[in-house]
Amino acid sequence: MSPALRLERVACLRGGRLLFEGVDVTLGPAEALVVTGPNGVGKSSLLRIAAGLLRASAGTVTREGKVALADDALALDEEQPLGRALGFWGRIDGGAPAAALAATGLEALAAVPVRWLSTGQRRRAGLARLHAAGAPIWLLDEPGNGLDADGLAMLAGLVAAHRAAGGLVLAATHLPLDWPNTGGLAL
Amino acid sequence: MSAFVAIVWREVQRGYVGGGALLPVAFFLLVATLFPFAIGPDAAVLARVGGGVIWAAALLAALLPVERLVAPDAESGVLDQLVVRGVSMVTVALAKTLGHWLAFTPPLLAAAVLAAGLLGLSAEQVLQVEISLLIGTPGLAALAVATGALVAGLRGAGAIAGLLMLPVAVPLLIFGAGSLTGGAGALQLLGAVSLLLVAGAPALAGAAIRAGRD
Repeated sequence: MSPALRLERVACLRGGRLLFEGVDVTLGPAEALVVTGPNGVGKSSLLRIAAGLLRASAGTVTREGKVALADDALALDEEQPLGRALGFWGRIDGGAPAAALAATGLEALAAVPVRWLSTGQRRRAGLARLHAAGAPIWLLDEPGNGLDADGLAMLAGLVAAHRAAGGLVLAATHLPLDWPNTGGLAL
Repeated sequence: MSAFVAIVWREVQRGYVGGGALLPVAFFLLVATLFPFAIGPDAAVLARVGGGVIWAAALLAALLPVERLVAPDAESGVLDQLVVRGVSMVTVALAKTLGHWLAFTPPLLAAAVLAAGLLGLSAEQVLQVEISLLIGTPGLAALAVATGALVAGLRGAGAIAGLLMLPVAVPLLIFGAGSLTGGAGALQLLGAVSLLLVAGAPALAGAAIRAGRD
């Protein structure tokens, strides 16, 4: 089954305020879309709606294929070494944390407790968890935050490899992301 | 490995490795030692109230870990990641209940023997206390997870957790302590209450987690 993500006429109402309405997103294999917009416009909410964490106030969301989400919340146990913290998700997903650590340039940090990681390293660790999940649908919330030039190149490489393997990507960002053949949506 | 087993294993690890299981046990022993100071060293009186003291102390000790059962996972995004993977929050609550019980109960049972010694309980009474704790603690664990889910993210969560959990735990206390003097009927009722909590509390916890996400 080829992965797909479809949002049709989706609206989001948060705390009595209408953030957006009538948003359509259609993504198939190897496609990517970057959502841009100023702070507070509802980019993260759109991603959480796509992930099924938030109910859309109107419209429908269809996901075909497993979803992996990388957002602000790292979801790794702070006191555990990075390798073992990723191992928890590896046991659930059946993925390979070691390969994901290598792909994100963290192989030297597998034995370091998560709470000692720097901002950029934490961001990479989140991408490692995303990569290890082995899901065809990637949802990335501000993936470029905290990453250095090397990190941004690594991120672009991960996304390109994921798309080449037939995966799709929906990203939200306020920083310019220089990904080739990528659609844009301004909220 | 299924998500259920992974979550149970993680809870057990967190209980023992992080020292999370030892703190409630130390607290339990402390509460149990307070009573002889408060009511005097009369051996006959202590032996009579000892079982009830142990049960009350166990109840108070069960309150301590409530705040770290659900709130840290809600904050760090672990629960969100489980939702994205299609794991139901009721399953998560059940797994957490089982994991918490496995981490909390063995040290508590060991400490109860010590406390029984301090209070001068007979060998027969110690056995009765251990059996009643074994039957009652699953309900206590389920209640702790549900309370943790309800107060996750609230300010002053610890105090609110006590107000929520202790009244609901009273039946466990009544039948748990009652089984030490009242015979088999109380033990069966204790089992019924415990089973009811294990069956019902995870659904409540799941709903609370879902409500807290919006």
